[in-house]
Amino acid sequence: MDSSRRRVLQLLGLSSLALTATPVLNAFAKEAGHTEEPEPIIKPDKKALTAKQWAMVIDTRRFKSAADVEPLAAVCDTIHNVPHLQNKRHEIKWIWETHYHNAFPGEAGRFLSEEVEHRPFIVLCNHCENPPCVRACPTKATFKRESDGIVLMDFHRCIGCRFCMAACPFGARSFNYRDPRPFIKKINSQYPTRMKGVVEKCNFCAERLAVGQMPACVEASGGKLTFGDLYDPQSEVRELIRANYTIRRKQVLGTEPSVYYIV
Amino acid sequence: MLELAIKGGKKYYGWMTFLLVIVGVGFLFYLRQLDFGLGITGLSRDTSWGFYIANFTFLVGVAAGGVMVVLPYYLHDYKAFGRVTILGEFLAIASVLMCVTFILVDLGQPTRILNVFIYFSPRSVLFWDTIVLNGYLFLNIIIGWNVLEAERNQVHYQAWLKPLIYISIPWAVSIHTVTAFLYCGLPGRGFWMTAILAPRFLSSAFAAGPALLILCCLIIRRVSNFDPGREQIQSLAKIVAYAICINVFFFLCEVFVTFYSNIPEHMDHIKYLFIGLQGHAAYVPWMWTSMGLMLIGIILTVNPITRKNEGVLAVACVLIFLGTWIDKGLGMIAGGFTPSPLHEVNEYIPSLPEILIALGVWAMGFLVLTALFKMAVGVKEELHD
Repeated sequence: MDSSRRRVLQLLGLSSLALTATPVLNAFAKEAGHTEEPEPIIKPDKKALTAKQWAMVIDTRRFKSAADVEPLAAVCDTIHNVPHLQNKRHEIKWIWETHYHNAFPGEAGRFLSEEVEHRPFIVLCNHCENPPCVRACPTKATFKRESDGIVLMDFHRCIGCRFCMAACPFGARSFNYRDPRPFIKKINSQYPTRMKGVVEKCNFCAERLAVGQMPACVEASGGKLTFGDLYDPQSEVRELIRANYTIRRKQVLGTEPSVYYIV
Repeated sequence: MLELAIKGGKKYYGWMTFLLVIVGVGFLFYLRQLDFGLGITGLSRDTSWGFYIANFTFLVGVAAGGVMVVLPYYLHDYKAFGRVTILGEFLAIASVLMCVTFILVDLGQPTRILNVFIYFSPRSVLFWDTIVLNGYLFLNIIIGWNVLEAERNQVHYQAWLKPLIYISIPWAVSIHTVTAFLYCGLPGRGFWMTAILAPRFLSSAFAAGPALLILCCLIIRRVSNFDPGREQIQSLAKIVAYAICINVFFFLCEVFVTFYSNIPEHMDHIKYLFIGLQGHAAYVPWMWTSMGLMLIGIILTVNPITRKNEGVLAVACVLIFLGTWIDKGLGMIAGGFTPSPLHEVNEYIPSLPEILIALGVWAMGFLVLTALFKMAVGVKEELHD
């Protein structure tokens, strides 16, 4: 009795060992070069725009009222399938308008010029050079693309832990607290929709840069927003930063935001 | 030894059924959350962590608190605690289980949890938290189980356990340190940006954990033939007394630094919690209650006359447990997120489904705790009969 039980256990152990053999053998075969699969190659579009670190300059002097901001946010929302949820807690925002003292808390002077006080300030992801959100992510679902410095999101890898939202000092990230699809007016099939339970944010229109187009908000702004390579001294953004006094949000935190504001 | 956990009287089964019902209710609401998304909670764009993560944080503390019986026994050879070390270890197991479950119910895409291991990211504190929590869980299961079994067989536990026991002591400190690092390393969150956060977490842990253990000891004495011992309870009470004093002291240090330096970004969170900000003050009564409870707890545990009275001590332990829970389980997370990075105040109030799911997790933890304690007490009864 006892010996037969032992025998069964031995057989079970051996067969479970056999189960693990296939992947091991496969690995060896691969190493020897037998089942070599060709690596997929992604050819960049010839028209693709490239930079060492993309940056944006916002000329806030040219924004007078909400009407100046509205079209920029609208085009972004349409292109990226950003839903419009009624419940304020569940809002998804990529680019939006706020006050000077909200965009730059702690830096707003006390007796500020009324014009600046009432000027609409555009806020979006800063695509920081030292992004704390990327540091925080436990799955590398959010990452800083080495080729051009854009902070991107892999919606399919994100586990929805929201550590990145706690880490972002700019409130740039949104979480899908429910299925966003019923709240998209017209789905743009050129860009993925998201599912519930993942984080999203502005991507500097990486999908448009790849085919040679400027970010949608920049295109719609009529020159109020400028986009270019921060590390190209001849670029338009560098020209503007050189010629004008610019500020960045919470510069003191050392995240090195790539969005500059002319005030 | 598991058989000891399934043999019990009417009261035992009644209690377990009661807990199972709460687990069931919580689970039903969790199914609803799985279906709808985390939108059924009170969480928002501004306050992206709430009740689940707060309870997780508190329970990491309770788990770490278990070390307060392990350390004196194994490191200082304080023999009296030999009777109760197993209770500390089993409390740690149940608490870490609750912690892990709280993390799971907080995830937006729980089915992708293995991504944490597939795309392992050593720069993320959350990755390290996963490592230390699971490590602590396994350490306590291995140690607790083997030591108890050895005790039952009236032999000395295996020699290879000794190094694990020693490792488990600093490991307990590490779980709460790493949990504090989740918060205090985030730029732009003034409330958490303090080097004293980990020490604060540990001090409240060493108050709340042993306080719960004292209550468990008193209950065990009442419902079983095993007496954890008066000396043991009194020693634990002294630990609670010191820890809660240190916890309040650390908090006052925080208050001094914040308000004497007068930096708005740091002050606003504490103001929000204790006096309200921009007309929002939902947490104010809770926070003052927490302070009051901890203060009464100090008076009752430090004063030897009240401490030595076990009835009063039980009350003190309840007060301290509740006080530290409000402080950490309610104020610590919501307070850090309010005001938001854009300095807006959007108050976070946990929703009913959220509270019920959390209760379900607590009930699950107490179910495991009861079964484990039943086992431990069963072994002790066999030996002392």
